[in-house]
Amino acid sequence: MLAFVIQRVAQSALVLLIVGLVAFSMFRFVGDPIDNMLGQERTQADIERLRTTLGLDQPFPVQYYKFLANAAQGNFGVSYRQGRPVSDILMERAPATLELAAVSGFLAISIGIGLGVFTAIRRDGFAANAIMSISLIGVSLPTFLIGILLIYLFSVELGWLPSFGRGDTVQLGGWSTGFLTKSGLLALILPSITLGLYQMTLIMRLVRSEMLEVLRQDYIRFARARGLRERTVNFRHALKNTLVPVITVTGLQLGSIIAFAIITETVFQWPGVGLLFINAIQFVDIPVMAAYLMLISVMFVGINLIVDLLYFTIDPRLRVDRTKAH
Amino acid sequence: MVDTSPPQALKTEERSTFRVAMDSDFVYRFKNSPVAIVATAVVMLMVLCAVFAPLIAPHNPFDPSSLNLMNGFSAPMTPNAFTGDTFWLGTDDQGRDVFSTILYGMRISLFVGAAAVLFAMVLGVTLGLIAGYVGGWTETIIMRIADVQLTFPAILVAMLIFGVAKGITPVEYRDQMAIWVLIIAIGLSDWVQFARVVRGATLVEKNKEYVQAARLIGRGSGAIMLRHILPNVLSPVLVIATISLALAIIAEATLSFLGVGAPPTQPSLGTLIRIGQGFLFSGEWWILLFPAVTLLVLALSVNLLGDWLRDALNPRLR
Repeated sequence: MLAFVIQRVAQSALVLLIVGLVAFSMFRFVGDPIDNMLGQERTQADIERLRTTLGLDQPFPVQYYKFLANAAQGNFGVSYRQGRPVSDILMERAPATLELAAVSGFLAISIGIGLGVFTAIRRDGFAANAIMSISLIGVSLPTFLIGILLIYLFSVELGWLPSFGRGDTVQLGGWSTGFLTKSGLLALILPSITLGLYQMTLIMRLVRSEMLEVLRQDYIRFARARGLRERTVNFRHALKNTLVPVITVTGLQLGSIIAFAIITETVFQWPGVGLLFINAIQFVDIPVMAAYLMLISVMFVGINLIVDLLYFTIDPRLRVDRTKAH
Repeated sequence: MVDTSPPQALKTEERSTFRVAMDSDFVYRFKNSPVAIVATAVVMLMVLCAVFAPLIAPHNPFDPSSLNLMNGFSAPMTPNAFTGDTFWLGTDDQGRDVFSTILYGMRISLFVGAAAVLFAMVLGVTLGLIAGYVGGWTETIIMRIADVQLTFPAILVAMLIFGVAKGITPVEYRDQMAIWVLIIAIGLSDWVQFARVVRGATLVEKNKEYVQAARLIGRGSGAIMLRHILPNVLSPVLVIATISLALAIIAEATLSFLGVGAPPTQPSLGTLIRIGQGFLFSGEWWILLFPAVTLLVLALSVNLLGDWLRDALNPRLR
């Protein structure tokens, strides 16, 4: 167990180091930072001085180490475009993305598992078949088209919901939240559905196929034979045993919710880090790109690690198999 | 077809390659799957339309001399109020025929998608073969890189590569290079699937007798990989390529829609949707709707074809 944990943690650390190297190389090789910072009227002496103050005359490994040390403290330099520290900009934008991701994740998990169980139990029912067919179209629809479709339906035609932005937000300490105002909550509805829909269909299809598998097992038949209520059998016995793969996939999907937020945020002009990243790419704002890359990889690697460890704790069979294998 | 007599079990004469192919299990399955036939027909039709776009399109939407600004915002199938011209699918703000822009856009979408998949396939298959056949440190390095990349969603990887490449190319070449950068970005984000599958298959194949025999008669590693192992691992590659094509088309559309893909001077379907979204609120729905439907039909057909191919080529499902 301990060896496994150490191995996984070491692997995660290695991934982060590699991503850090990529981010650092972006700084180093995409455009010349000296060029970016000094204006047209510079002298050779200016260039030399700035090179020394920025530490660009030092060997590559030393620079890389310094970059990592700075990044670990949340210091990613100054945005080329906005002229403000990148960490400030990120902190300001993060709540919008995290709130959106949390709501979509919640929607995806709760509705996804619910519908998955429903379609598995009523396998041949009309409603279950209809849901399955609709979900197939949902998987083929690109995220941005779903967003545009929802905007057209609920904002342009019906005029019920806002089509862009976060609505009014309330400042709680350094955190701006949209949960506390009516317009903030209304503004959350369309983006969170757009973002969560794909993950929801994935979870639903997974839960359904796992449930169908489990419902065929003998212990389910015996549970029924013992006269347990249908609800107990379905939820206590069947659903519980489908949860291992569901948790793994769901965990990994949570990571992609943050990544796909980029698309949703662009469609809805949601002022989060994803929109910031897209603008950074369009204007080749390297510090913002590097910081976003580091931030999201910490998140991804963290989620992967947690899922791996969780998998290990949930399923006792894995532990036995591993010790046997070694 | 000259030979129409039913094939007999004890027929000894040579049958043409065409006949053998037509009698194969694969073709039989294809003929009996309406979904596969319709999907293939749709994809073929769209590819033909894209290839012959200059011949089919009523006018070249990117040749300013063939445009008339007075034609702007014509609704579909209704004569324009000023010029009296009628456009099947309407026109956009600059009087460009939407049908023509879709044909040209589809051309770019399909080209980028196919080229990106081809790039990913060549890269992934090569690395997968090497990893599986050579093993050792080479394998560890290649597969670790693959694992790390798999941690991140492909679309994010593509965006990053696009952003970095954009930073490297000089400003005056950015628009010209955008299509090629896009192909490389999507291709690089997608090679992992190929490499993993090919490596797995190669590990199985390389211990079989025919490979040992080839080694014994002294063929070099390169020849064994290319001439002996590669043909035997190709069928899963074909399936992944088809499914990847649908993903690549959607990825290209997404990137272009986000404004980090095909430039407005060479619009793909994604760029057209991005442009059309701006007119949604003013009621010109056709500028958005038709490119969106085209993209959807294209992606769905390729997807269905890929699903069918996967089932048809998977011996375990027979």
